Amino acid sequence: MSKFAKKKDGEVPAVSTASLPDIVFMLLFFFMTVTVMKDSSVKVANELPQANEIKKLEKKDRVITIYVGAPTKEYTKTFGTEPKIQLNDKFANPNEVGDYILMERAKKSQELQNVLTTSLKVDKEANMGLISDIKLELRKVNALKVNYTTYEGDAFKN
Amino acid sequence: MARRAGAPEVSAGSMADIAFLLLIFFLVTTTIETDAGLDRMLPPIEPPETDVVIKQKNIFQVNLNKDGQLLADGELVQLNQLREKATAFLDNGGAVSGSPDYCNYCKGKRDASSSDSPAKAIISVKSDRETKYGTYITVQNELVGAYNDLRNREAQRLYKRDFTDMEAEYLNPETDASVKEDLKKRVKRIQELFPQKLSEAETSSSSN
Repeated sequence: MSKFAKKKDGEVPAVSTASLPDIVFMLLFFFMTVTVMKDSSVKVANELPQANEIKKLEKKDRVITIYVGAPTKEYTKTFGTEPKIQLNDKFANPNEVGDYILMERAKKSQELQNVLTTSLKVDKEANMGLISDIKLELRKVNALKVNYTTYEGDAFKN
Repeated sequence: MARRAGAPEVSAGSMADIAFLLLIFFLVTTTIETDAGLDRMLPPIEPPETDVVIKQKNIFQVNLNKDGQLLADGELVQLNQLREKATAFLDNGGAVSGSPDYCNYCKGKRDASSSDSPAKAIISVKSDRETKYGTYITVQNELVGAYNDLRNREAQRLYKRDFTDMEAEYLNPETDASVKEDLKKRVKRIQELFPQKLSEAETSSSSN
């Protein structure tokens, strides 16, 4: 009699999953675009110090990174426990820093070569002696713009 | 005549699975990190042609020893007092009114035995070879903080906005070019009022 056909009992209409792939793809594209593949693994302890008066390093292609810290467990046998410099994938001495910077600089395009920043990712337990050796090397190759990369936080906790 | 069906439908049921698989892969490998830190310019290696004579009173000497103790301008101070001391030194404006160095925006004590003007004031940081890097960063952070405090004060007075805020917007690559042009002038202006003169002397070894 009624205009509306009675629904059969207990039958819940299935939720359409047709748009699920679209949603997933959207997420997928987001993560694909923001992903930066790591090109080298860090072989040193790298607990950065904290600071709050910091500036962001905006453009990734203008940054050369130098890691400093005590070698991690698997390398302590061969390299000891004193803080070391890591350039790309290998441990290095302070006098190799200059060559490394020049090499990295040569890889960049012409217009970027003058605006490069050297990011120093130094473990907070490292000593200043090693850092000043690095700074001297950087000055020798005229890579004067440095960034002491830190975590954001309370500087007095260092 | 048999009715031609359209092209047989490809089952898209597994598309979601494939997309999920990729999604999970990228999720796991992603590290969303923006590096941040303290920017600093190193001095060029070749010494300047002419020797510049700097008055002793215009130098704020910060010494950091291997135990993390701090000597600022000849006094033993705690790390958390450093910012205050540095601010007082930079903002002193000791030059007498009428002299070319006179600083009309300084709000300091105008002590004749401290710095003449912010443009002349130099902070020199010296550390030991065995100083911990973390402590050094704390000191650097406090000194940059002192500059930022003063610059913010002037920026608030002139433009009703924080300097650090303006600078961040200026450096952000997403900011509009026209806005940037405007900000550039302001940032420059403030930087001229309080130029950051942080000298990084070479470290000394504890043996001598």
